[in-house]
Amino acid sequence: MTLSTSSNFAKPDDAFRAIVEAHRNLSELQSADFDAAMVLILANHIGDIDVLREAIALAKRRVLDAGQQQQQQQQQQQQQ
Amino acid sequence: MAHTKTQFGYRRHGDQDRAAGNVAEHPVVVVGAGPVGLSLAIDLAQRGQKVVLLDDADRIGEGSRAICFSKRSLEFWDRLGVGQRMVDKGVVWSLGKIFHGHSQLYQFNLLPEVGHKRPAFINLQQFHAEAYLVDRVGELPAIDLRWRNKVVALESRNDGVTLTVSTPDGPYSIHAGYVIACDGARSSLRQMVGAEFTGQVFEDQFLIADVKMTAEFPTERWFWFDPPFHAGRSALLHKQPDDVWRIDLQLSRDADPIVERQPENVRPRIARMLGHDKFEFEWISLYKFQCRRMDRFVHDRVIFAGDAAHQVSPFGARGANSGLEDAENLSWKLDRVLRGQSPASLLESYHVERSAAADENIRESTRSTDFMAPATSQEARLRQAVLSLAKETEFGKRMVNGGRLSVPSVYETPLSTADCDNWRGGPRPGASMLDAPLAFRDGQARFLTDAFISVGTNFTLLGFAPDEEPEAVSAIRIGGEYGYLDPQGLATSRYDAEPGTTYLLRPDGYVAARFKHPTHAQLDAALARAAGFS
Repeated sequence: MTLSTSSNFAKPDDAFRAIVEAHRNLSELQSADFDAAMVLILANHIGDIDVLREAIALAKRRVLDAGQQQQQQQQQQQQQ
Repeated sequence: MAHTKTQFGYRRHGDQDRAAGNVAEHPVVVVGAGPVGLSLAIDLAQRGQKVVLLDDADRIGEGSRAICFSKRSLEFWDRLGVGQRMVDKGVVWSLGKIFHGHSQLYQFNLLPEVGHKRPAFINLQQFHAEAYLVDRVGELPAIDLRWRNKVVALESRNDGVTLTVSTPDGPYSIHAGYVIACDGARSSLRQMVGAEFTGQVFEDQFLIADVKMTAEFPTERWFWFDPPFHAGRSALLHKQPDDVWRIDLQLSRDADPIVERQPENVRPRIARMLGHDKFEFEWISLYKFQCRRMDRFVHDRVIFAGDAAHQVSPFGARGANSGLEDAENLSWKLDRVLRGQSPASLLESYHVERSAAADENIRESTRSTDFMAPATSQEARLRQAVLSLAKETEFGKRMVNGGRLSVPSVYETPLSTADCDNWRGGPRPGASMLDAPLAFRDGQARFLTDAFISVGTNFTLLGFAPDEEPEAVSAIRIGGEYGYLDPQGLATSRYDAEPGTTYLLRPDGYVAARFKHPTHAQLDAALARAAGFS
């Protein structure tokens, strides 16, 4: 199995909303706790270590890319 | 400790009176008379080798140190003739419970099936185990055990090693064909060969107290995360013989070890845990640990085993047990090489197999330690999520890591012959043999592991109504006209056997090859490969 990145929900907006709303009225710390539990529950449901590793790599690229963009922006600001 | 002999005398040996140009020659010198060195020496002696065993002390170390000895270790000790004594004295257990706060999260049974001679584990103070091994050494004239003989220098030669040994009468030299260093975590031989010993240092501190008390706790391994008596940290309670209980408490990273190990400071902590203070201290120790191993276990003719070669955290019973697995792995190979039955390159498979096992043990024990002592707030958050999910989900329980207990490694090794048949179960090549209940033809019960001992713990064919077998190898036959009976069918199912199924077992009881209907040529080739001719 490989990580599916095609759109799997009939109504993707419903899925996104459900996750967003789950965080409503939570403090930052509670949100972080909630996310930790969600990740573990979903990882177990996937139950495939290769798919999990692909998902981790994809998610990690977001963080690294965002970090690089931030750096570039800072550099541009400094140059200006 | 009163009924166990723990103090031994130094005795001058004839080797010490030899002239410098006439140094005594010995095929094997084992350095370090701990559980690993003693067991290795016994195994070698039982295989017919003469062994010199040197130890720098003249007594068995105090304190419990290792307490959990695995089924695999007991099966090895059965082969050495000491298994029953260990089990008779030890506390047998197979059940573990994990608690979080006030409530039990789950329990696990390490040996849920019947039909095994030995239990999953016994708890036994290391000094008892060492004393029984020393007694066994005393029955074997081929072992020359020399107390207060400390190796202070090592010089490699083409055909062996020259050791300089310091004694109360001054130093002397001996030549050794092979030196096996079982001299523990602070191995001086490791330093003498200039080997690196690298790995991860853990800053977390743990307090071990062995306390004597009469208590009605069951003989189970109890592990707590964040218990009410030791908030925010972990705790372990485990029974040993002689009404002694092992208590292990995680302390903070910045706890002052000098202060924390004072009995008057330990006592209130233990009293909070037990709910009373009617106990005496047997042993208190505060420790940090490292997970590390040598790059190479074989340094030409100096071979390292046990803590000298690798160290792990204590959670999982992977220290002494993995050292004993080293010993059983090495002894038959060294025996064959010394007899000229196998090429010296067979010893390289010791490094291949046991260094991979060390990596596995380090990986497992590092994971346990990281779970017990999360390094970052996010790690702590994920752990908290696992602990809270464990209350209501099975997958959460399985993720809780309070120490994964040692099981034998499965070797990826050049000594194995790859499967060529279809198997639905059974131990694959590189895995250790599984025990099963058999019976003689008159109905008298006998375990498979005992049948293995009775045919000599050499290369052995385990045949289920076998078609034919080479004559040069020991054999255990199950079924057929003359074989053992398999009254419950457990041997047949555990080995996924049908008539004709044949396993080739190595002298250490690991599977080298297996076939549904082997030919002579296939068995000969598998045997040659397992003996190091590949």
